[in-house]
Amino acid sequence: MHNIIYLSLQRMRAPLIAVVLAYAISILGLVLIPGIDDQGNPWRMDFFHAFYFVSFMGSTIGFGEIPYPFTDAQRLWTTIAMYTTVVAWLYAIGSLFALIQDRAFRNLVDYSGFTRSVRGIKEPFYLVCGLGDAGRLVVRELAVRGIRSVVIEQTENKLHALHLEDLPVYVPGLCADASASSSLIAAGLKSPYCAGTIAITDSDHINLTIAITSKLLSPQLQVICRAETHDSQANMASFGTDYIINPYDTFADRFAMMFQSPSMYLVYEWLTSIREAPLRDFVAPPKGRWVLCGFGRFGKAVQKSLSFEGIRTITIESDISGTQAPEGTIEGRGTEAITLYEADIDNAVGIIAGTDDDANNLSIIITALGLNKNLFTVARQNRSRNDAIFIAADIDLTMQPGTITGRRIVNLITTPLLNDFLRLARQQKEEWANILVSRVVGVLTDRPPESWTLVVGHSQTPAIIEAISKGHPISLGMLCTDPRDLGDHLPCVPLLLKRQYDDFLVPENDSVLQPGDQLLFCGLKGAETHMRWTAYDFNALNFICTGVDRPSGLLWRHLSEHRASE
Amino acid sequence: MNLEKVFFAFFIVLSLTLNFGFFIGELDNPNHHNVYELFAALTVSLIATIMKFGDRAHIGAVLLATSLVADLQLIAAVIVWGIFVYATDTGLTPMVMASIVSLSGGALLANIISVVILVTETVMFRR
Repeated sequence: MHNIIYLSLQRMRAPLIAVVLAYAISILGLVLIPGIDDQGNPWRMDFFHAFYFVSFMGSTIGFGEIPYPFTDAQRLWTTIAMYTTVVAWLYAIGSLFALIQDRAFRNLVDYSGFTRSVRGIKEPFYLVCGLGDAGRLVVRELAVRGIRSVVIEQTENKLHALHLEDLPVYVPGLCADASASSSLIAAGLKSPYCAGTIAITDSDHINLTIAITSKLLSPQLQVICRAETHDSQANMASFGTDYIINPYDTFADRFAMMFQSPSMYLVYEWLTSIREAPLRDFVAPPKGRWVLCGFGRFGKAVQKSLSFEGIRTITIESDISGTQAPEGTIEGRGTEAITLYEADIDNAVGIIAGTDDDANNLSIIITALGLNKNLFTVARQNRSRNDAIFIAADIDLTMQPGTITGRRIVNLITTPLLNDFLRLARQQKEEWANILVSRVVGVLTDRPPESWTLVVGHSQTPAIIEAISKGHPISLGMLCTDPRDLGDHLPCVPLLLKRQYDDFLVPENDSVLQPGDQLLFCGLKGAETHMRWTAYDFNALNFICTGVDRPSGLLWRHLSEHRASE
Repeated sequence: MNLEKVFFAFFIVLSLTLNFGFFIGELDNPNHHNVYELFAALTVSLIATIMKFGDRAHIGAVLLATSLVADLQLIAAVIVWGIFVYATDTGLTPMVMASIVSLSGGALLANIISVVILVTETVMFRR
């Protein structure tokens, strides 16, 4: 704010001096030039009248020659004065407008507006650096869940697009270099309300700078980083970055899981999907020989995972020496039939188009399907704006780095327990996953399940705390009972019970709750509301425990106790 | 030689001298106080103020403040003059003149402070 005033004052110096001088000269001239009054006597205008006259003349309002008609000498001077003052005014007003239009000035105004709105946030917020596909997804999903965020983005257009999006909470955005610590501080890095930094720009190096700045300036903050190479991943981990997300590794891991344990893959897919995605039929990819086009970061990660699963791949890559492609790699892009023939596409079971060019990837898929229409197709989609064509191409599995990163970040922030659950679930066997999938399917309709967290404590579950303190143990099964109909079970499955030292994976219904327990559930959308009601309202919980609808008012309670004693 | 400094010092000192010229004389005698001098003093003082606009240095800010005080005092004097001479029938009585001149005396004091600061700054930074 201060800067704006200083800058405008500084720029207005010359125009204002011009106005003052023009006025002073005009007034002085009018006072000095003799005139004649209505009786024909010589008369001189005084300063008061001269100032009055110049004021309305300079502003081109023009009331006429007052108090007496002017002499020719006065008119001559007035003509000169008219042009001087009007030009001076135009100069001053023109400079003011030029200042307002000025880019530096506008940036300053935007900047001070931004810092003001960041200071105005009085609830926890996340600092999102980079508004790529992942950044937009994170900001949108957080906003839908009522979580505030602040954005730093280098390109102005992306910020404009953000403001055009109809988000339920206001998201302040700053157009600046996120690797500069001053921009991070302006965006509230040191604010007591800042809950975490999310570094998801396109460049690993910028993400690294953001992470290290954040860890140095506010060590207690959670830092979530996107990294595309293992090098920067190790670097980020070295100074304590809380979560590092490599979209290629994440995808390759999931892809391998599809072969290894389809049920486990389904569990992962359901729990990490973001609302409203329709529940798709799962088609397990065939085991056999695969053709992999492009051996970049994506190709390397996929190839490693597949070979771990014992699946053979033939690689096609145009720059064999630069990418250190394995032996037997076929040189080419994969977009031409001849290269694909060379890779023996006729006898392959699937094709993975993993170059960093969306048009090439689509071309690979379409050409390959033309040669062998039974192929299982996997394509990497680099830009989310190409959604429509990738859907039209009817690809079996599409990998979007931005969406994968964004989804993981949203899950980490909104349901941190999910991360623990997935880590534990990964160690289980396929049979375990089969049972879980059939249990979850049992409560589902046609939409994917929602997941939510419940912490047994005073703020979220006062009714349970009260019951425990009165000596009534509350079991998990009670919490999962429908408070409207005692015979019914809420459509949900408890996934994880996290206690101080123990984690119980898929806890049984007779587990007794303790204060401080963290619970992770998945189930239908409405179930969460009913469960929270039970946990919050003592009467609802009491009804579930005893089956008796206890009178809630003092008078009625007194009357019923009286009646019971009689 | 810094041209900006020359201009600013010129206007500050000129504002002081003009103000002094108007102020000097018998307090309540209209013949001793020239209206042109008051006009010139106000104009020069306004210009001196504008020249300090946007100066972020500490001394610059103090100079802006003192010359704003001088402006206010002089504008008050001009308004008193205008009201008593034109808006009412009182005319330029000794009492009115005395209040105008004393207001300009206040402006004179502010101008003196400005000049003292200016001189101090010049002496401190021997550039």
